[in-house]
Amino acid sequence: MALDVTIENLSFWFGRQQVLKNVSLRACQKEVTALIGPSGCGKTTLLRCINRLHDLYAGASVAGKILIGEENILDAGTNRVELRRRVGMIFQKPNPFPHLSVFENVASGLRLHGLAYGRSLRERVEACLRKAALWDEVKDFLDRPGALLSGGQQQRLCIARALAIEPEVFLMDEPCASLDPVSTMHIEELIKELQEEYTVIIVTHNMQQAARISRQTAFVLHGELVEAGPTAELFVHARDSRTEAYLTGKMG
Amino acid sequence: MPDTKWRLVKSFVPEAVCRLAALLVISVLFLILYYIFQRGAGVISPAFLTALPTPVGVPGGGIGNALLGSLVMVALGALLAVPCGVAAAVYLDQNPKSRLAAACRFASRVLTGVPSLIVGLFVFTLLVLRTGQYSALAGGIALAVMMMPVITLSAEEMLRLVPNSWREASLALGASKKQTVLRLVLPAAAAGIAVGVMLAVALAAGQTAPVLLTALTSIFWPENLLQPTASLPVLIYTYAISPFADWQQQAWGAALVLVVMVLMLNIAAQLFIAVKNRRG
Amino acid sequence: MEQIKIASPKRNGEGIFPFLTAAAAVSMLLLVGAIFLVVLWGAWPALRAFGPAFLFSAVWNPVIDVYGAAPAILGTVITSLLALALAGPLGVGTAIFLSELAPHWLKKPVSFLVELLAAVPSVVYGVWGIFVLVPWMRTGPGLFLESRLGFLPFFQGPSIGVSVLTAGLVLTIMILPTIAAISREVMRAVPQDLREGLFALGATRWEMITRVVLPVSRTGITGALLLALGRAIGEAMAVTMVIGNANVIPVSLLAPAQTAASQVVNEFPEAFGLHLSSLLLLGLLLFMITLLINLVAVWLVYRTDQWSSGARQPGKLKGKGVAGHA
Repeated sequence: MALDVTIENLSFWFGRQQVLKNVSLRACQKEVTALIGPSGCGKTTLLRCINRLHDLYAGASVAGKILIGEENILDAGTNRVELRRRVGMIFQKPNPFPHLSVFENVASGLRLHGLAYGRSLRERVEACLRKAALWDEVKDFLDRPGALLSGGQQQRLCIARALAIEPEVFLMDEPCASLDPVSTMHIEELIKELQEEYTVIIVTHNMQQAARISRQTAFVLHGELVEAGPTAELFVHARDSRTEAYLTGKMG
Repeated sequence: MPDTKWRLVKSFVPEAVCRLAALLVISVLFLILYYIFQRGAGVISPAFLTALPTPVGVPGGGIGNALLGSLVMVALGALLAVPCGVAAAVYLDQNPKSRLAAACRFASRVLTGVPSLIVGLFVFTLLVLRTGQYSALAGGIALAVMMMPVITLSAEEMLRLVPNSWREASLALGASKKQTVLRLVLPAAAAGIAVGVMLAVALAAGQTAPVLLTALTSIFWPENLLQPTASLPVLIYTYAISPFADWQQQAWGAALVLVVMVLMLNIAAQLFIAVKNRRG
Repeated sequence: MEQIKIASPKRNGEGIFPFLTAAAAVSMLLLVGAIFLVVLWGAWPALRAFGPAFLFSAVWNPVIDVYGAAPAILGTVITSLLALALAGPLGVGTAIFLSELAPHWLKKPVSFLVELLAAVPSVVYGVWGIFVLVPWMRTGPGLFLESRLGFLPFFQGPSIGVSVLTAGLVLTIMILPTIAAISREVMRAVPQDLREGLFALGATRWEMITRVVLPVSRTGITGALLLALGRAIGEAMAVTMVIGNANVIPVSLLAPAQTAASQVVNEFPEAFGLHLSSLLLLGLLLFMITLLINLVAVWLVYRTDQWSSGARQPGKLKGKGVAGHA
């Protein structure tokens, strides 16, 4: 089940430094929303607010609302363990668990939540690896360490790992930043398939990538959301001059 | 859906156990330091630090000769270990990937784990047994064996921090490798190497077994390097196992002196590193 | 072309400098070999006289000049394993606290203090042991164990304070900082993005610790435990001061006994001839055991070292530390 993610007046601080200023954005279900902007503009921070990964660090504070469906996940009473099961995340650098095999990497979330055992576990792992377009490449190496795969394979392994626990929202933090063009193409195709079923929010430095895969694009600058709109429109007629400048390479 | 609340509770218990373990460990260790300070502080006076030991029951005994003896042997050890250890580090830095370097690094790491008693036995058999003479020289050699691997490992680390571009610039200007090492790399890493030497000195100053087996002890001032020589750790040991209350009292005082010396060296070394890191 | 002689830059002005540094590096290897050979040379008469029986004989009698190491070996094994069994969980727990649980502002100073305590000389722990722990063991826990569990052979009294148990406790305290400091170091080397990876799948902090931090740093922690074991086995002074130095097969934990190291320290001043050689043979055994343990430990710690500093880089928020409740 996919749900809309609605961000309302979100502000975020690390200590005294304000990283996000009053950001509002709606990421619709079964769509890819791309966040673009220069380095350090706060787009990754925005992404990490949605699964509350920032809660792990001292000095992070937040104001505003993030709704997944109807539920404000920034409420003090939100169960973060449960939230993170519902919101999958793909990191900038592939981070398969180096001590686990390919199979156990995909199974890690299922085991964590006790979602599947024995045969059904094996079936879910296979299904997720197939969905991540990795099965054919790794089916004979399921008990090899996941860290031995190539960079692109590792990233697809991480996607399979996130898929396994059936999240509602997918967060991707520059998933192709450390990959070669061919692997990037693989991942992009995968993202297009993911949007059939999930809400996908992706941070990217690569404007062509945003144009290729996203329905909606949001431009973030210095912690502010400058503008957001359908990708096709934004890239052709940016309403804000700063967006225009960024898209044409006159900034950042 | 499995109950995540239950998982959070289950998570809390072992975390609390770890917190308690940390609390226990840290408080026990501090309790020991507290005892040393509390029982030792009353004993220490200028006279205690400078006087010779006195026989049981005679007041006014001090640790002057033991302090001097320790100083002499540690200095001797450093004198032997620093050139050799730094030279080995230079080799490791110049030939980081050679087989000899790997073996030398491995041997150094293993040597730091060899019990100090064994080092004592080694020098005892090699020198004391042959010459029939316990001596400060033998003690210094034993301490040098303890210090050398520590110095080599830390010095190599410090040499590695000197940027390669500097060395290349020097070589490009026509300097030989030797000139580059002696005039550029070693001076640039000198402060870091000094920190390693300080840590090695702190380690050596606290060693009991190697000194006991090689220099034994003495109740006189050290006069030359070929005589049995008193040292602070050995004095602490012999006083502590003695049945006499006044000696036991002095053991606490001497232990406090030793702890303060060793901790000061360590703290100074760490501060040195911290200041250096801050400067970049 | 061949007429032009280009001075080899390697030779130019180098002199014997490269040979000196290489000689220094070689001397480190020679040192390990020399320690072995010299101690072996000293131990040779005893080795020839007793052979393998040295390991199993419980007779150690300078009057009839017969020596067997069984009591010392058993004492060493029991005290060091006792110390490892106590200090292992406590030290690793402390390391988990310092690396994963402690609030950010507490991590650095406390870790620094633990490292500092690892530098306190063993004779100082011995002084504390002999004057504080021994009397306490005599009256407190020793007496308690003797009266309540005295029917068990290994808690037989009388509890006089100096004992295998006391030695084990002093060793525990001595190796705790080593275990905690090295384990913390290897846990800290676990890349932050792996932690975040499991958190992002919906793990509690403890689940993250047991499923990521501990398995990834497993070899390093094993190395830390082995290094600590080596230290406990070879420790001479602190043990000598509290174990009572009785040359018997240790049966009760509350009774005096001795270890190989304590026996050497204790007897060598009066020893000569075969007696001295037997003490050196004990030292040789000690050397070989600790050498073996250290070889494995160094290999393990060093391996994790290389592995974690390899291709992986810590996540973006490295150094901020995990603080809030996950």
